[in-house]
Amino acid sequence: MAEIVLDKVTKRYPDGALAVSDMDIEIADGEFVILVGPSGCGKSTALNMIAGLEDISSGELRIDGQRANEKAPKDRDIAMVFQSYALYPHMSVRENMAFPLRLAKVDDATVKQKVEEAAEILDLTQHLDRRPSNLSGGQRQRVAMGRAIVRSPKAFLMDEPLSNLDAKLRGQMRTSVSKLQKQLGTTTVYVTHDQTEAMTLGDRVVVLRGGIVQQIGSPQFLYDHPANLFVAGFIGSPSMNFVPATLEEGVLKSPLGTITLTDRVRRLAEAADAPREVVAGIRPEHFEDAALVEETHRASGATFTAPVDVLESMGAEKYAYFTVEEELATTAELQELAADAGATDVPGGGSTIVTRLSASSEAREGQQLQVWFDADRIQLFDPSSGRNLTYSG
Amino acid sequence: MSQTVTEAPATTEPRGGKAALSEGKKAERRLGLLLCAPAAIVMLAVTGYPIAYSIWLSLQRYDLRFPAERQFVGLDNYVAVLSNSYWWTAFGTTMFLTVVSVAIELVLGMALALIMHRTLVGRGLVRTVTLVPYGIVTVVAAFSWFYAWTPETGYLANALAGDGAPLTEQWPSLWIIILAEVWKTTPFMALLLMAGLALVPDDLLKAASMDGANAWQRFTKVMVPVMKPAILVALLFRTLDAFRIFDNIFVLTKGANDTSSVSMQTYNNLIKGLNLGIGSTMSVLIFITVALIAFVFIKVFGTAAPGSDQGGKR
Repeated sequence: MAEIVLDKVTKRYPDGALAVSDMDIEIADGEFVILVGPSGCGKSTALNMIAGLEDISSGELRIDGQRANEKAPKDRDIAMVFQSYALYPHMSVRENMAFPLRLAKVDDATVKQKVEEAAEILDLTQHLDRRPSNLSGGQRQRVAMGRAIVRSPKAFLMDEPLSNLDAKLRGQMRTSVSKLQKQLGTTTVYVTHDQTEAMTLGDRVVVLRGGIVQQIGSPQFLYDHPANLFVAGFIGSPSMNFVPATLEEGVLKSPLGTITLTDRVRRLAEAADAPREVVAGIRPEHFEDAALVEETHRASGATFTAPVDVLESMGAEKYAYFTVEEELATTAELQELAADAGATDVPGGGSTIVTRLSASSEAREGQQLQVWFDADRIQLFDPSSGRNLTYSG
Repeated sequence: MSQTVTEAPATTEPRGGKAALSEGKKAERRLGLLLCAPAAIVMLAVTGYPIAYSIWLSLQRYDLRFPAERQFVGLDNYVAVLSNSYWWTAFGTTMFLTVVSVAIELVLGMALALIMHRTLVGRGLVRTVTLVPYGIVTVVAAFSWFYAWTPETGYLANALAGDGAPLTEQWPSLWIIILAEVWKTTPFMALLLMAGLALVPDDLLKAASMDGANAWQRFTKVMVPVMKPAILVALLFRTLDAFRIFDNIFVLTKGANDTSSVSMQTYNNLIKGLNLGIGSTMSVLIFITVALIAFVFIKVFGTAAPGSDQGGKR
């Protein structure tokens, strides 16, 4: 149990590349913090610096109030779970889990007891004498977790521990990781590139881009109040729709029509000194089939009509995809996000508006549909800096 | 993963044997045999025949100085060799040289392999420098050592041996032979071990340091066990090679003062003495010993025979 503080921690490689820049994070005792971002954003480097596997170029890392920059990994009393699991292939599951205890010269009886306790928690009891090579992916993952929990370390570091599992198993393991962390109450830093994991697992999420912290906050807060375009586009699935727009006198002209902003949004935009050219962002769930919106409610939003390109019926809801005539908003942040999501590999993948409609919608593919959206939920971003002009944190 | 894939055909194939094979399977098997045939025939011609011929010669009294007395004597030659003290002295010397030089090579080779593996700058240069001794012809290297240890003219003899002549005494000679062997073949060992080091994933060493292992524990408890197959292959190759030691001894001492190896003895009898019977017997005995060493390595230590990649081991 420990609190971990990163105080202006920076990692600069000998070739001058800056992997992590002035990272300030305070992780409270028992907290579950997620570092999330696209590949190359410095999240694994940050984790390795906490672990002691990489040197800190400048800044200070404090574990339990003590400077830990110069401590060797083995002296930090932190356990780590790797994406590859890094199980020792020549040892049985039992020996793998006992390894940290044996190195700590714990007596045999205690080792046996602790390993069996951990195996019990992780449902590995019947596999204790098998070799890692004879286990399934999910079992190996649990052994890696077991090796981390046996010695009750001050903190867990997890480097994309679920990335090598198939989608269904990943969902199950996500739940059990979350449960396990709550049960043990151990400070945990978890690295992932998967925004779903970030949203569902953590107490707090740290969004990173290019080695710089973009925003820190609870998953819901990041979702509702992204600080900038990058966070807005990264958090949420399907992601937020972005359209270029011009803002004049509280009226927004966009490819989705002319929208009169609500007082709340207008005031925020004015306070932020919004420029004329902006990027408007609307989340898919803030759209609705206009036919299903009550008359009284309609006034608080705007509508547009367009043919439905593709309709995906998920049972509980429907996703309708529209193509807008004009180019969608493109900024450096959005291009990076699109590249990370692989959207650049899909032809025409960039100019689609995704909307989530109620299951009762009668939308059909290829037919015109009038779509309503909630004007109060529109977020405006500065295209040059990416700043959220309607941020109300 | 690969295991399940390779095992699958074995379970679906009926155990009945040839009768159960379909026409297609039979044709495929015939084609397989045909494709292997040229290689098998060449192998038989260049290894099978000489081995068989040596065994045949070893069962005869056959001395080229007395060709008329050639006759089949059964195992008499084996009795003669195995009850001879020269043979056993040579055998003991060979064993000693093999064990000591391979042990030293393993330690030095591992150190060199680690250095080569870890080197970040000038990697190519470091590797080249390390491999230079391996690139020199053994006889040439042996002569260099020979001259270096010759009294009066040799710098090593002058510097270290004082008035003595180390190559005229048994123990100094043996250590010089070992030195020459180690100098010459450590790079080979290092090369094989470096290939093994590449098999140890970085994450495993990182995990070990997170688990509280210091550098030595990471080496002994993770690195060595994981690269054990590579270590065993390296040891097997070097042991088989070392047991047949010839050129260094031939140049340095000519086998004088009980420094002769089994290969030297065979050469003396077969080529110098022209005794084809006894010489062949000795070469068959060497063959058997080498086969035994290989057998022990593969069966007892579980060395993966070169070429058979056992996916399940890792």
